Amino acid sequence: MDRIVFVTVVFLGLIVSLNGALSTAQAAARKGYRPRLGALLGVATGLPVTVLAALALSALFPGQPILSVIGAFAAGMAALGALRRALPERAADQDALPNGEALQRTIAARHLQGSVLRSLFFLSVVLAIAMLAILLWTVIDKTFGLTAVQYTVQPEQLVVNGEPVNRPLDELTGAELQEILADNARVARLRVFVLEHVTRAADADWPALSGEPVSRVLKGHEYPAELAGVAFNALDEAQVASLLALNLNRDGLQELVFDEIIQPQVVDSWPLWESLTRRDAITAFVADEYPEAEVRWRSWVSWEFLTSPLDPRKPDDTGLRPALIGSLLVIAITIAVAFPVGVGAAIYLEEYAGDTRLNQVIQTNISNLAGVPSIIYGILGLAIFVRGLEAITSGQAFGASTANGRTVLSAGFTLALLILPLIIINAQEAIRAVPASLRQASYGLGATQWQTIWHHVLPYALPGILTGTILAISRAIGETAPLILVGGATYLTRDPEGPFSIFTALPLIIYRWTTLPQDEFRNAAAAAIVVLLALLLTLNSVAIILRNRFSRRLS
Amino acid sequence: MDSTIIRERTRTVGMAPQQPPLGLGKQVRPGESVIQGFLFLCGFMTIFTTIAIIVVLGRESLLLVNSKYIDESGAIHSIGVLDFVNTTEWQPHRYKVGIAPLATATLLSSFIAMLVALPFGLGSAIYLSEYASPKVRNTVKPVLEVLAGVPTVVYGFFALQFMTPLLQSAFGANTVEIFNVASAGMVMGIMILPLVASMSEDALSAVPRSLREASYGLGSTRLETTVRVVLPAAVSGIVAAFIIAISRAIGETMIMAIAAGARSNFSLNPFESAWTMTGYIASISGGDLAYDTLDYNSIFAVGLLLFLMTLGLNIMSRAVVARFREVYE
Repeated sequence: MDRIVFVTVVFLGLIVSLNGALSTAQAAARKGYRPRLGALLGVATGLPVTVLAALALSALFPGQPILSVIGAFAAGMAALGALRRALPERAADQDALPNGEALQRTIAARHLQGSVLRSLFFLSVVLAIAMLAILLWTVIDKTFGLTAVQYTVQPEQLVVNGEPVNRPLDELTGAELQEILADNARVARLRVFVLEHVTRAADADWPALSGEPVSRVLKGHEYPAELAGVAFNALDEAQVASLLALNLNRDGLQELVFDEIIQPQVVDSWPLWESLTRRDAITAFVADEYPEAEVRWRSWVSWEFLTSPLDPRKPDDTGLRPALIGSLLVIAITIAVAFPVGVGAAIYLEEYAGDTRLNQVIQTNISNLAGVPSIIYGILGLAIFVRGLEAITSGQAFGASTANGRTVLSAGFTLALLILPLIIINAQEAIRAVPASLRQASYGLGATQWQTIWHHVLPYALPGILTGTILAISRAIGETAPLILVGGATYLTRDPEGPFSIFTALPLIIYRWTTLPQDEFRNAAAAAIVVLLALLLTLNSVAIILRNRFSRRLS
Repeated sequence: MDSTIIRERTRTVGMAPQQPPLGLGKQVRPGESVIQGFLFLCGFMTIFTTIAIIVVLGRESLLLVNSKYIDESGAIHSIGVLDFVNTTEWQPHRYKVGIAPLATATLLSSFIAMLVALPFGLGSAIYLSEYASPKVRNTVKPVLEVLAGVPTVVYGFFALQFMTPLLQSAFGANTVEIFNVASAGMVMGIMILPLVASMSEDALSAVPRSLREASYGLGSTRLETTVRVVLPAAVSGIVAAFIIAISRAIGETMIMAIAAGARSNFSLNPFESAWTMTGYIASISGGDLAYDTLDYNSIFAVGLLLFLMTLGLNIMSRAVVARFREVYE
């Protein structure tokens, strides 16, 4: 608690000092001193007096932190007042209005005041920019860095026919890799490899499959004819390895050996700054703590990260593909709904709507909706799309077999409602910017109202409308709260396939990984943030290019 | 000129007399009407959205209010509206629906956010509008826009990864819990800062130049002009910006869900973890919240309160502009 009091007192002391600088400068000028001297005196009095008073008060009244804070502040301000009064008068005559040298001093004091505050204002801007820089750095810091990688089986310890393999994996032939698999993994794991990498059966079906004959399990894949009738769980290591070798090419086998037998694992990781500055200490720590591990640079964002499926258990091995696909599918639906409806509403309000009560209500309502928190839209989506329209959003009405309405479609509709007001407001501005002369010329030639809008107003306003829409979409891509409510899963091993599929999304995954206890998930979250920010940056650049092209055409 | 000549010309240039005359009256165009009707429906969608929000939130909240339960002594109670304000415990699944812990945490975090966003936002706005050269302004404003465009989930990551360790090293790890309202509130302040800055800057720039020049003409310094002339003239816009900022802070979810922790805590200590209203909704609805349970109904009740608060603030902000705006012609 003492530390809180101390930090608070120092903070208040700084404010007192600032006040001292401003007020004492003016008092000093009035009394015939240079204002700069007054400002210095004020600064030098404020902070020390406040801190000393706090120390004295907390010694006198222990256990009364609030009293010492308030007392210290009061003491600081009182000291400043006393200082202003105590300054001896130096100017000979005190007229009602200062003149001559006195005037110069007053003006100097006012300018000093001005420049002090000006630097405070400037500081605010610097702070805002610094925060953005720190935010980006915090993300980058976690995205790259040293990792300690440990193998479950050292590559040198792999055996073929009881002999160690002393060559790198890249030089081994397919037959040798098959031998390695058969010799280094138990038969149960090899069977899992077949199910995971060859047949890609759903996890839930595995128990039922294992007793079936090979011809059933590997239906549609290659298998030796003599094994067709053998039960899948009666095969021995060599037989299962041969199944793998038949269905995977040499590189696939190598990947399997590397991922599943050698199994590199990140056992510890360090952020970029530490990795750069304390490399030796990290190396020493790893040698001490994980003698078998290797220190290695790692970029957590990589092509593999983008294209591999999610792995909810292994942060160092997980990918992002289902989340990326999910986000894109959801956004596609959002655009398909929000763009036509939003632009339609904007056209109605700008081109057709008279000044009636109803239209005013619609207009006010749109600006109110723009201020409704996104989580409220999530609640709405949960009640209406997920639950109320379950038959449609789960696709059961169309023969899809999703269990409930927590689907891509519900999420897309929900986000569409969320960005609708933004799209309308932006499109209205773009349509309003179309000169009236254009419309009148079109009417003058006998075009109807819709012909005028379709052939003249909309093409003219389109770049503006698109810019606004892109900005609204980039807001939708980053939205997390509504997706939580609508029930996006936080991990999915399979990709979402269409509008009626359960889904996950990029921001949801970031949320999930940020809150998981394992530190390596924070690295993965940072990498996902890099992907998200890159996506948003691309979208915004497109919007800016559109805007620039548009304004050039107008001028 | 003679009238006969005109008649002659009309006869040669004009339409052949046997064609029917061109109808200049209003024509019925069914296509146009259909299109107009469709466009009206698009506009009406937004009204429908508002109605849906009110109906959905209201109906489910009533379900919570009307639920009955039996206490230890066997007496039957039903949750009343007054229980929301009279009691101070929030455990909806146990029929304890005092909103105070959630409301306190929400107000506390918003207050902390405002402590960051208001001074620095207004300071930035004054600098950009009154001091900065056009070149600086054109460089800084896009940076602020980027800051405003960062998704809130990223701010949540930032709060947990940067602000919390910072607070812990300043105040000691024993005082500051890993999940705490102060860290989330401060980061929320940083998130809202660009909003305050840009809305206030708009209000300041809208003050006509002539006012500033009159002030300089009377011998004021730039600071005196800013503080005594420009700020009072723009005060309605700035107050409106502040109100919108508060409304944004109350409704912000992800920073709270990530960095402020997940427990109902009726306390004013900012270094403890606490559920805000939004944080509560987000953290209990992740995954498999069963329909028609008390927890399920409770998110609608909290949502209704949230909706009413933010709506009230937004309306208030527009009223401030409409009522106190100085119009210079």
